[in-house]
Amino acid sequence: MTETLPGAAIPNPLDEAAITAAVDQAAAAIAAASTLDELKAVRLAHTGEKSALSLANREIGGLPKEQKAAAGKLMGASRGRVNKALADRTAELEAENDARILVEETVDVTAGPRRRRAGARHPLSTLQDRVADIFVGMGWEIAEGPEVESEWFNFDALNFKPDHPAREMQDTFFVEPPEAHLLMRTHTSPVQVRSMLERDLPIYVLCPGKVFRTDELDATHTPVFHQFEGLAIDKKLSMADLRGTLEHFARQMFGDEAQIRLRPNYFPFTEPSAELDIWHPGAKGGPRWIEWGGCGMVNPSVLRAAGIDPDIYSGFAFGMGIERTLMFRNEVGDMRDMIEGDVRFSEHFGMEI
Amino acid sequence: MRIPLSWLREFAQVPADATAEDVMAELVKVGFEEEAVHRPTDALRGPVVVGQVLSLEKEPQSNGKTINWCQVRVVPEGQEQTLSGDGIDPSGVQGIICGAHNFVEGDKVVVTLPGAVLPGDFHISARKTYGHLSAGMIASVRELGIGEDHDGILVLSKIGLDPEVGTDAMELLGLYDQAAEINVTPDRGYAFSIRGVAREYAHATGTVFTDPASAVQAPAALSGGYGVKINDDAPIYGKPGADRFVARTVHGVDATRPTPPWMSSRLRLAGIRSISLPVDISNYVMLELGQPLHFYDQDKLSGEIVVRRAVPGEKLKTLDGKERTLDAEDLLITDDSGPIGVAGVMGGASTEVSDATSTILIEAAHFEEVSIARSRRRHKLPSEASKRFERGVDWHVAGVAAQRAVDLLVELAGGTAASEGTDVGTAPDAVTVQLPAAFAADRIGIDFSEEQIVTSLEDLGAVVRKTGAGSGLVYEVTAPSWRNDLETKEDLSEEIARLVGYDKIPATLPVAPPGRGLSRVQQQRRRLVQALADAGLTEVLAYPFVTKAANDTFGVAAEGAESRALKLANPISEEHGFLRTSILPGLIEVAKRNHSRGFRDLALFETGLVFLPGEKLGTASVPPLGVKPADEVLDALYDGVPDQPLHLAAVFTGHDSPAAAAHSPRPWDWADALDIARLAGDVLGVEIQVSQGHHQAFHPGRAAQLSLRSGEVVGYAGELHPKLLAAHDMPARSVALELNADALFEAAADVIVARHISSYPVATQDVALVVPQEVPADDVLSALREGAGELLEDVALFDVYAGKGIEDGKKSLAFSLRFRAADRTLTAEEASAAREGAVAAAAERFGAVQR
Repeated sequence: MTETLPGAAIPNPLDEAAITAAVDQAAAAIAAASTLDELKAVRLAHTGEKSALSLANREIGGLPKEQKAAAGKLMGASRGRVNKALADRTAELEAENDARILVEETVDVTAGPRRRRAGARHPLSTLQDRVADIFVGMGWEIAEGPEVESEWFNFDALNFKPDHPAREMQDTFFVEPPEAHLLMRTHTSPVQVRSMLERDLPIYVLCPGKVFRTDELDATHTPVFHQFEGLAIDKKLSMADLRGTLEHFARQMFGDEAQIRLRPNYFPFTEPSAELDIWHPGAKGGPRWIEWGGCGMVNPSVLRAAGIDPDIYSGFAFGMGIERTLMFRNEVGDMRDMIEGDVRFSEHFGMEI
Repeated sequence: MRIPLSWLREFAQVPADATAEDVMAELVKVGFEEEAVHRPTDALRGPVVVGQVLSLEKEPQSNGKTINWCQVRVVPEGQEQTLSGDGIDPSGVQGIICGAHNFVEGDKVVVTLPGAVLPGDFHISARKTYGHLSAGMIASVRELGIGEDHDGILVLSKIGLDPEVGTDAMELLGLYDQAAEINVTPDRGYAFSIRGVAREYAHATGTVFTDPASAVQAPAALSGGYGVKINDDAPIYGKPGADRFVARTVHGVDATRPTPPWMSSRLRLAGIRSISLPVDISNYVMLELGQPLHFYDQDKLSGEIVVRRAVPGEKLKTLDGKERTLDAEDLLITDDSGPIGVAGVMGGASTEVSDATSTILIEAAHFEEVSIARSRRRHKLPSEASKRFERGVDWHVAGVAAQRAVDLLVELAGGTAASEGTDVGTAPDAVTVQLPAAFAADRIGIDFSEEQIVTSLEDLGAVVRKTGAGSGLVYEVTAPSWRNDLETKEDLSEEIARLVGYDKIPATLPVAPPGRGLSRVQQQRRRLVQALADAGLTEVLAYPFVTKAANDTFGVAAEGAESRALKLANPISEEHGFLRTSILPGLIEVAKRNHSRGFRDLALFETGLVFLPGEKLGTASVPPLGVKPADEVLDALYDGVPDQPLHLAAVFTGHDSPAAAAHSPRPWDWADALDIARLAGDVLGVEIQVSQGHHQAFHPGRAAQLSLRSGEVVGYAGELHPKLLAAHDMPARSVALELNADALFEAAADVIVARHISSYPVATQDVALVVPQEVPADDVLSALREGAGELLEDVALFDVYAGKGIEDGKKSLAFSLRFRAADRTLTAEEASAAREGAVAAAAERFGAVQR
């Protein structure tokens, strides 16, 4: 590459043609260097101590005084040209090198690993929060209570007569010993009773929670499920207020198109009582009415049990199943999916419903 | 309740072309939910006709069976076959192979002709069999879907029929009829009858109702009949167990006569099997009028009938053949021989009507609801009779029903009615309810007119009288005898609303007073649950039913101690008959289920109540309905409910993330469980203190006991015990935590006071201390913190070393101490002095030596 070999003639620092030739030779070698390593060799050959230009430069010291300036000027400019060419080429090669490294560092981003596991809420728990938020937005409060309850709170206070078939239809889990009159609550209504006993009037509360019935687990039944019940006690509440509240809630939950329908029914704790259907325009298999829950005007016997005068106050109550709501809102086909804890079920929903 | 439409049509104006679906659509408006449709023609299609066997040739087969090659006339002689198609013989006589042998030449039978379809999607066609072309089938009741009997074919004379050849047999057997099945709510006993449902159908459609009770000519008074006494010396709730007993006698009954097809077909559609003519008649009358009846073979009775409570230990063999020991509360029907029936529940075997019976004594009684319900439950004897008595039967219909049964026994069983009869008891007082004029409107939100109110109530059968005027107008409403559920003005309001239509109720949105939003605990719980999910854990909801062993392992720290747990009296599975005292057993089950489905890297959590019974458990008695209990009674109810704190638990198995290219998942270890427990504290602003823990469910050396500053132990975290993991078939090194979330909520500060943030430079000093192996690092850290004084901003353990250069039985702990003053830049001397103070404290407390 370099043509300046040991023993070559040292050019005269005043010989402009010879110096220019050496500079041109150096420039050509610099331009020809294709890597930083080659460039380093070129730099040693053309600017190193034994290079033609360095040797010529060293000759200046031996020149007569009056020639030194001209020689110095020529050599300075010449070496400057070579150094500049070196610097430029170095920058070029470094840039190329940097670019090449970046290209070499390319990864397949599609093969990127997931280092953090995404967690998930159980959709029943998320849905329960959403329902609560709607009612809190209406100024209601959320009330809770124990899952093992006194029989009185679960039945008697709610006007279930001791030997009435309605009481048996609740399929109750009883806690031993029977003489203690404890049971697994069959609905969240005992929380309504507690609310009436503990809170100041008027009362507007939503009672969500877990409830228990002695049903075997299958696609549509589970012995443990979740409900939310609402209770409003105020002066002059009517069934129209009940309908208005349910309609508002249904629209918050399912959109402005949602409609509700009330059908006569029977519950010991309400009179009049109604079954609540919801019009589900997006139902799988076409729009239809879906049974959603029960509701009615609080039976005066229930008010009296909580020490509220039914001649002054009236109230309404309603209750829906959260599992059932999830089933038709989010098209969960099998109750068991909600119970078994298969991580795929919760993880599919993530943090939202 | 199943309603055959032909029956309903007798008393209500049901359009001729109405289907069961149409009828249900009307009934649902007045509060009867749709259950099912029962329609024989959904599974059975003609031609199915009456045929007469002209000839019958017995042909023995090589397989030992003998078959009959029959010629059956299916068109009246001299007439032409109007049907056509494959296999229909134009001559009107079909050749049919039949394997049954219970018929002879001349018998009239049911022929399913080619083209017919039988239940089970069985298509009839002409086909070659046993060397003949068999063009149709002679049917058994089972093949027609109208009975179980498959011993032979249906011979029409045996059920009392002699129809013309060619008659449509489906018409003859009532197979074009259909039934609507509706759900009757437990308050409406009257609707367990065609009478009650026909009335409701009329309400729903605004059409005319004909009361079947009014079609029966019952004598106004009865006397001289069989002797009956009601003698209840132990009424329940002060109500006598029986307040009416009608007894009628029919002589000369032929109990072996067949039940006519119109009756058996209605019974069948109503879901009741035809048994014998007398039994069918008693069921028929019960279904029609709602009055359960009991028939005695009068010749088997000895002496007067007495209705009384049982003597404890008394025995009775009931109709189902079982001997039952009676309870003092059981109401009995007795004669001189002793008990002959549990009133309203089931009769006794000794006086049962049989084929030989010729004199029948009909019982139509009125029994009290609670007494019947208790006996039914006690003896586990649900029956059509008890179902109606428990819900309430019309007192006044007993005499009518008895007469209807008499009439049917005379008409169908060839009996003769005795002119005498018995009717003892006293009618209960009719309930009159005062309904203020505006009450229903206020309660329902519809401005009912006076006419709407009066008409609705009168349509129900109530008697309405008006008293007062203007705003003082009150309706005095006497409910009809069959509506024992109408006792209050609220009940009447519902009836008015129901008949006017719930769809007329407007919607108004009541405005709640300003609320307080979610309570603090509710917010804390949400934050906790969300934080765990955000940290990568998956929320699950397991059942709270666990084994005793699970509670004994997870619910108490000390090995061998029994956990106090609640037991269910009627669990779904005896083994899982206990209520959880820990969340972990359920989570482990869930983890195993996920493992079995191929998911081994898990981080699961649940928040839920655990059940921790204390000394007090429930109350010995339950206060009555409709009255607020006295304060001390209420307090006892509250106190008797066991403690049920909210717990949080998590289980981790496998690795922290899925394996992937260029990524090595880290196996979960004890520190992850501890870390998540601490995170739970962090998000609630509660400092969780950690010490070496001992809990039988955890690895003895790799568990942390978690406590609050107060010292209260709130949980454990760490590696589960290797033996326990092995026993549960769980992966080794699985880790877990459980915390009492309620205790954390309570420990959270109400108001957090701000701290001054110093902007002066930090001075960091490291120190390595050699201490005995057993000294917990956290204790050393605490000593350093205390010894360093207030200049210490933070201290952290950054290395633990034991081995070369460290004496056996000791370890080196390296801490980084960060000092800062609030008001000045610290000098190196100040920082060093504070560090010396820290080291001195550690040296003093644990003999720590600086390395």
